[in-house]
Amino acid sequence: MATTPTSTPPPKTNRIGLTVLDYRGGKTTLCAGCGHNAISERIIDAMYEMGVPPERVIKPSGIGCSSKSPAYFMSRSHSFNAVHGRMPSVATGAVLANRRLIALGVSGDGDTASIGIGQFVHLMRRNLPIIYIIEDNGVYGLTKGQFSATADLGSKLKTGVINDLPPIDTCALAISLGATFVGRSFSGDKKQLHSMLKAAIAHHGTVMLDVVSPCVTFNDHEGSTKSYKYMKDHEEPLQDITFVPAFEEINVEYDPGATLEVTMHDGSHLRLRKLEEDYDPTDKINAIKRLGEAHDKNEVLTGVFYVNTQAPNFIEMLNITDEPLATLPDSVVRPGREVLEKAMEELR
Amino acid sequence: MATTDVAPHQATGGVQPKRVVNNMSLQVATVNGSGSQSSNTVLLRSIFQMGVPVSGKNLFPSNIAGLPTWYTIRANKDGYIARKKEIDFLVAMNPETAQEDVMSLDPGAAVLYDEPLNLSKLRNDLIFYSVPYDKLVAPVCPEAKLRKLVRNMIYVGVVARLLEIDMAEVEKAIRRQFAKKVKAANLNMAAVQAGFDYAAASLTKQDPYLIQRMDKTRGKIIIDGNSAAALGCMFAGVTVVTWYPITPSSSLVETLIDYLKEHRIGPDGKATFAVVQAEDELAAIGMVVGAGWAGARSMTATAGPGISLMSEFAGLAYYAEVPGVIWDIQRVGPSTGLPTRTSQGDILSTAFLSHGDTKHILLIPNSVAECFSMAQDAFNLAEQFQTLVFVMADLDLGMNNWMSDPFEYPTEPIKRGKVLSKEDLERMGGFARYKDVDGDGVGYRTLPGTDHPAAAYFTRGTGHNEKSQYSERPDDFEHNMERINRKFETARSFVPRPELMSNGKTKVGIIAYGTSHWAILESRDQLRKEYNIEADYLRIRAYPFTREVHEFIEQHDRVYVVEQNRDAQMQSLLKLDVRPELVMRLRSIAHIHGLPLDARSVTDELISMEGK
Ligand SMILES: Cc1ncc(C[n+]2csc(CCOP(=O)(O)OP(=O)(O)O)c2C)c(N)n1
Ligand code: SF4
Ligand SMILES: [Mg+2]
Repeated sequence: MATTPTSTPPPKTNRIGLTVLDYRGGKTTLCAGCGHNAISERIIDAMYEMGVPPERVIKPSGIGCSSKSPAYFMSRSHSFNAVHGRMPSVATGAVLANRRLIALGVSGDGDTASIGIGQFVHLMRRNLPIIYIIEDNGVYGLTKGQFSATADLGSKLKTGVINDLPPIDTCALAISLGATFVGRSFSGDKKQLHSMLKAAIAHHGTVMLDVVSPCVTFNDHEGSTKSYKYMKDHEEPLQDITFVPAFEEINVEYDPGATLEVTMHDGSHLRLRKLEEDYDPTDKINAIKRLGEAHDKNEVLTGVFYVNTQAPNFIEMLNITDEPLATLPDSVVRPGREVLEKAMEELR
Repeated sequence: MATTDVAPHQATGGVQPKRVVNNMSLQVATVNGSGSQSSNTVLLRSIFQMGVPVSGKNLFPSNIAGLPTWYTIRANKDGYIARKKEIDFLVAMNPETAQEDVMSLDPGAAVLYDEPLNLSKLRNDLIFYSVPYDKLVAPVCPEAKLRKLVRNMIYVGVVARLLEIDMAEVEKAIRRQFAKKVKAANLNMAAVQAGFDYAAASLTKQDPYLIQRMDKTRGKIIIDGNSAAALGCMFAGVTVVTWYPITPSSSLVETLIDYLKEHRIGPDGKATFAVVQAEDELAAIGMVVGAGWAGARSMTATAGPGISLMSEFAGLAYYAEVPGVIWDIQRVGPSTGLPTRTSQGDILSTAFLSHGDTKHILLIPNSVAECFSMAQDAFNLAEQFQTLVFVMADLDLGMNNWMSDPFEYPTEPIKRGKVLSKEDLERMGGFARYKDVDGDGVGYRTLPGTDHPAAAYFTRGTGHNEKSQYSERPDDFEHNMERINRKFETARSFVPRPELMSNGKTKVGIIAYGTSHWAILESRDQLRKEYNIEADYLRIRAYPFTREVHEFIEQHDRVYVVEQNRDAQMQSLLKLDVRPELVMRLRSIAHIHGLPLDARSVTDELISMEGK
């Protein structure tokens, strides 16, 4: 086959004419097999398929192995590897400065649920347009494997230390505080994560995705509840998720009795084929209740737990003008001489 | 002096002592939450409207109601507006502190007190006027629950009568104070009149103090430093404001919000700004950094505790080279106690805020006019040097009312610094974010969202090479550190130059900064008149120090560095900056007690250090 001369087919491109290579990043320096690498791959695919211009994306992150990962995808997007636990504030500032940016924030379970919990909860309250991804391995990878606050009760470190504190469920927290698209996935669940990321891109508000992402070096052993094996045995998907972008007019048949369809802000459709009879992802209270039950049953519930496309986002609440604040001309941001003169007159 | 208690209907009609015109300080001692602020403002404005230079300082507790508060008004024909150490005229309204307030007066001072307090028995070397407030307020204010507030207007009337402040000016000040609330204005004016009439009928003038018309405030404005800063920021084109409430900085942002709502809503009805009350100062500075990185003119305002919390981000911004403006309205130290008192105690910690090697640009305003103008400087320098700029005001400047010439409309266009556009990139093909192309240490940056495949770069703290690629190589790190330092050296020629008052003939120099300025002006006159000492004076307006600061120290044998902190913080910074041989010339006059600096303290200490 290699010897047969053929004309090379043009590389596949997306709707804005870019190839998947245009969404790649630098070579990863994370451990081989680290869940974070798989998440980076899914982000690349989702952004490519959605035809998102990489120049409009920003990738703020905190500190940790997870927070390093923005270096390994989408080199054509600006990145800001900030300080530990404070990505939410940096992202908020950037989005206020330029409301046209698409913010994809990457954090870890340590970065979010311990040092960063304050900024995390306040970000959720504001419903800032952002995709917030927690790459959740239950440990601090970068500082060599200490427990994080998402580690399950009774889970065991390599050293034999048992965790005797209850975990913080970042999804339950996000739902109760006001995030408008909340779900959990698994770095090893390619199809589910892919669909959820695409839906996340279509959502205009705070998307909070907790993605279980095993740390092969420090937390993938027997006794860990964030290992590949544990996830295989305990993942409990709520729905079978498909995403139909607005620009793809494919009319797949679906049974409205068994499938819930959510229309996203940009006209896309999120189709959730129910695996659990009566789960309603627009019911906030029930979502939190169901997450609590999952803990009690030792199941790792995944899927879209909550979605609300009606709530105003932070940019709308602040009534910010359509042009990016960052580049408004002098004539707009500096009131005229008469304004100062009047102010002076009033102070005389 | 004989006892000069003047009780109603007992006027002694004693001999009038000598007249002291337009040179006095009046202190009102009250309880906070009692609504005395309006009365004091009315007094201040009335004197101002009579053309007499005046300043007002509020010494208040960190409390909402019930703790002692003092408001000092100084009227001075020569234009001295620093705090005066001695009180000439006390209005004693607070039973809790009345005794101590009276005991601390110099002989000859006058005291106006509430009759039941019976203060006149305390001393026989003061002039006492007693006023039956409750009796006077009842008829003018039938509504009992308003009496507590209106009561304070009575002393305005009494003082006006005793000092001969023109009642027409008082009325004007009242109408202004209560602007559209005509009923409140009338009620308050009636109380003033009741006080005035009472004094006319029942008190005989015994003290020497008088206010007479001058022409020294024509065209001037009265404003507090925080409002001036707010105006300055609006005209500097601020677009993202974040904050976490803390005295004495809150009013800066609150005033700014009002101004922005009034003047920065576009024709589409939408805001050309964003203001966020953050969850804490860590988030406030994080948002400033994020916004600055994305190209906004971003700022926050805080005080010392907030500055401490911002430390980690300050280092990140320094190394990632992100612009932003931080107002530090300095106050006294940590936690409870004196957080509502003024200080210059954050100079050293802010200059080096964060870990690793960091140095920040500081701008230090001395006046409301500089709060306005330095707002423009701060945003321009932040973007020009891609770094944080701290504006170091203080409580005295920020929260007190100051006279000023009207502010001048900024004539220079807004300076956005080295930002590459899509078109630039098309021409250049690409860029290296941290390369020193122009030799000034400042690289070129792009803003997120710039529509060019080569626009993006990866922002992080220390470890990067010129192309902003991850690097832990010693040479990359060293080059980067040296370049950032070069930026700081370049900044020396761009920050506001010092103000210099020198005749070039004396070997004695004074260096001061910020609000200490006003005490220094007066102290230099005291030194000249009372001790025949000429002292040259240099007022530092920024860090890093400009050439003039070094020259000034070269030119003087003894340089007194005056500041409002304990540890001689600016002197320490100077010691690090000047030639080692010159360090011995620096002498510290550092005062910290929570009160604004007064001239007499400076003069006395300088004289004793001069060995006179
Ligand atoms: C203020 C501060 N404290 C501590 C650290 C050290 N530190 C670096 S990464 C990290 C934990 C990261 O854990 P996580 O967010 O779960 O990321 P992971 O490496 O597991 O992906 C810590 C504690 C730091 N960088 N900054
Ligand atoms: S230490 Fe763990 S989290 Fe960090 S890169 Fe390796 S596998 Fe991933
Ligand atoms: Mg982790």
